[in-house]
Amino acid sequence: MITIAIGLSIILLFVILFLLFRIGTLASIFRGSSQRAVGTTKTSNRVNSTLFLLFLVIGGAAFIWSFADAWDDMNLPLASVHGAWTDNLFWTTMIVIGIVFVITQILLFVYSYKYQHKDDKRAYYYPHNNKLEIVWTMIPAVVMALLVFGGWKTWTKITSAAPEDAVVIEVMGKQFNWMVRYPGADGKLGVAKHTLIDATNEFGIDFTDQNAMDDFMPMEIHVPKGQPVLFKIRSRDVIHSVFLPHFRVKMDAVPGMPTKFWFVPSKTTDEMRSETGNPDFKYELACTEICGRGHFAMRYILVVDEPEDYEAWLAKQTPFAEQNPEVVAKFSSSSQQVVAENKTEGKAEEVKSEL
Amino acid sequence: MSSTDISIHKDVHHAHDEHDHHHDQNFIEKYIFSQDHKVIAKQFLFGGIFWAFIGGFLSIIFRLQLGWPEATFTFLEPILGGWIENGKLDPEFYLALVTMHGTIMVFFVLTAGLSGTFANFLIPLQIGARDMASGFMNMLSFWIFFLASVIMFWSLFLETGPAGGGWTVYPPLSALPQAIKGSASGMTMWLISMALFIVSQLLAGVNYITTIINLRTKGMSMTKLPLTVWALFFTAILGLLSFPVLFSAALLLIFDRSFGTSFYLSDIYIAGEALTNTGGSPILFQHLFWFLGHPEVYIVILPAFGLVSEVIATNSRKPIFGYRAMIGSMIGIAVLSFVVWAHHMFVTGMNPFLGSVFMFLTLIIAVPSAVKVFNWIATLWRGNIRFSTGMLFAIGFVSLFISGGLTGIILGNSALDIQLHDTYFVVAHFHLVMGAAAFFGMFCGVYHWFPKMFGRMMDEKLGAVHFWATFIAVYLVFMPMHYIGIAGFPRRYYNWTGFETFNIFTDLNTFISLAAIIGFTAQFIFLFNFLYSIFKGRRATENPWHSNTLEWTTPVLPGHGNWPGEIPTVYRWPYDYSKPGAPEDFIPQHVPFSATQSSNLPNEKDLE
Repeated sequence: MITIAIGLSIILLFVILFLLFRIGTLASIFRGSSQRAVGTTKTSNRVNSTLFLLFLVIGGAAFIWSFADAWDDMNLPLASVHGAWTDNLFWTTMIVIGIVFVITQILLFVYSYKYQHKDDKRAYYYPHNNKLEIVWTMIPAVVMALLVFGGWKTWTKITSAAPEDAVVIEVMGKQFNWMVRYPGADGKLGVAKHTLIDATNEFGIDFTDQNAMDDFMPMEIHVPKGQPVLFKIRSRDVIHSVFLPHFRVKMDAVPGMPTKFWFVPSKTTDEMRSETGNPDFKYELACTEICGRGHFAMRYILVVDEPEDYEAWLAKQTPFAEQNPEVVAKFSSSSQQVVAENKTEGKAEEVKSEL
Repeated sequence: MSSTDISIHKDVHHAHDEHDHHHDQNFIEKYIFSQDHKVIAKQFLFGGIFWAFIGGFLSIIFRLQLGWPEATFTFLEPILGGWIENGKLDPEFYLALVTMHGTIMVFFVLTAGLSGTFANFLIPLQIGARDMASGFMNMLSFWIFFLASVIMFWSLFLETGPAGGGWTVYPPLSALPQAIKGSASGMTMWLISMALFIVSQLLAGVNYITTIINLRTKGMSMTKLPLTVWALFFTAILGLLSFPVLFSAALLLIFDRSFGTSFYLSDIYIAGEALTNTGGSPILFQHLFWFLGHPEVYIVILPAFGLVSEVIATNSRKPIFGYRAMIGSMIGIAVLSFVVWAHHMFVTGMNPFLGSVFMFLTLIIAVPSAVKVFNWIATLWRGNIRFSTGMLFAIGFVSLFISGGLTGIILGNSALDIQLHDTYFVVAHFHLVMGAAAFFGMFCGVYHWFPKMFGRMMDEKLGAVHFWATFIAVYLVFMPMHYIGIAGFPRRYYNWTGFETFNIFTDLNTFISLAAIIGFTAQFIFLFNFLYSIFKGRRATENPWHSNTLEWTTPVLPGHGNWPGEIPTVYRWPYDYSKPGAPEDFIPQHVPFSATQSSNLPNEKDLE
């Protein structure tokens, strides 16, 4: 019954709308406005041009209000050194384009209102003015040159080679979570190969490589505050993308092509907790390249420690090889030839990742 | 002897004309397998409108999910079937929705629907030609597009769903059916459909270029062409040069998917198994894809530039300001559009030096784009503006193009793109500048040229209601998305509630979804107006907008061959509006200078 009633009332609504439309059409025929060229009737011009002006004023006010209202939420707290440069550049650019935005929108809508059709008026025949064209080509060109220069300097600094003493961490994306590997005491990541991956050895680490013996995989990323951190990023299935919103860090994880990104954390998790007033605050790592069903749920936690806390945390970690001796045992039992083969191929891969 | 020959020739020609007029084409020849450019244009228009409603509807479904992530949508079960379980959308179906929304809108609506409609309709009419250079190729172009449409539409109903790897279909996700269900037969059909689509675009593009170069009427030099034709000319060239690259990208992907090659695949372990593919590069696909993908956004927006320039000049009753600067800026944009593609790839691990080069080239595009905006605004200045619906959409276009274009300056900056890449800031940017703006260009064109297409006028009041509802809704949807983007919300997320960082702005997302639903509903006003006016609209006159270009010299409903008699000769540029000294405020292109002595400028005196 209710469905029928709803259906009937919707039909009724459409009938009423249609009748209103017909009445409007007939009325305009009686008034004779349909005899005039379109857009030259008084009401249509007055209504539309006034609406443009209202749109400018009300829309502009709504924009300013909503922008101010969203300000606190949209500005994520910042926790890296280079993030300060990009945030700065971002808001500088926003001010520049904001000025252009305001001027052009005002001119557009004010002119639309001011120069609405009047029967006794004639438009001003003004086909071109080369001087004006040159002026408004040169101004954006100069502004762009400055912005390019600023962007280029920042970009070069951010993408420069990581310092020698950077803390190296491997981040690997897979459907649908992140995995992290630390090089351990020797500071060198062991060679990994996708053909060696199984349910336990998820990185596909080749344990014939001595460098792999002290590698460990924690459940959270820990990094020391104030020290450069180098992420060596890879993926083992489809493309993912490492995104640390508070650190202004983003880099794709590409299967078969290792990538990297280095940054300097500037605030510990504890400092951020007191700054945001949120005792449960956690730095999060998200995926920003569509990777399948669980794309929206690839969350990983990153903790920034004071350097001494970081050292303490490091000391507590046990290498993967120690935790899973059976995996390592498998490697030592395999034939010498296979090991040799793996080694040479592994070397080639290492060279690739250095690029 | 020779005189006899001539008379015979004349007779034959005459007979041929008679034949054209009296031969009744049957229904199939006239409306289905038609070679008449006007009918083909309408076919593309109907196809485009059909796809636009499908694409819009898909976006409403995923906006429901984003606006009310906790809600259950049991009422959608009758339409979505197995894709919705206990009122919860399947996350893979969500991705398929996003993918198909993008594919449909970019290719089937804003490429085929926009330039397919207006290039076919306007090129012959505005340059003074009886039809396209090859009517047959033109017909083929539509029917291959139709075939591509059927396959794409069919893929929506597959059990494993349509393609779901994003409209950019990056491998390995799109190459491996193990990675996502959409990469099974849905992706195969996507690739076949797109390959056919590209063939259709190439057939059309060759035709447009040939027609514009060869079939201009007497007196119609390139510098007397309306800006619409210039814009469509550049669009066709861009398409012709870039679509083959997408074709090769798609072909290699087909090889990787079906024939075991490794162009894009390397070192992959998926679904419990290590694949044997080595040596491929997923980044190669991205380079090939964006080599089309970037010119593609200009393929979408250039026709809108042309349509809007024409409508603004006509309705401001003023010449377009800086005609040559407008052409020059279009050349600049067209050339630059080929050397900026890698700005979509700043954070793919590409060499940072390349990033700097592409940032530099990308930001240069802002210069010709700014020139165009200034010229449009200067055209309005001291005009005598008639607010026809087409003009409302043209002004709306300029506003949206500014709003969306400016944020391109931020995203084109590689240092800033690190944080904003693949966030809602990008979504807001491109939806304003190439989505909504191109749609506004299309609406502007439909309202303006409807009288010439169907011999009747669309209702202006309904048009104004449609415009205002759409214009406001577009801003309400896309302005707040910038805030969400600055906060770092990644795109293509089924929901954000799993992250503390993104567990804000839920109200704003609900608001955006509401605005999107209102905006989509408003399009039914257009649909009603469009269909009703085809049959019952007020009858149009030959030249209802008092416009200068040649199409308005044809009869109300131009027949096959466009002009019943001789094609008019062109004497002047198309923008002699409100010329001082002229009795009317417009002088059509076919009026010789000898007939307008009172208004001729000093340099035009010799042309009298």
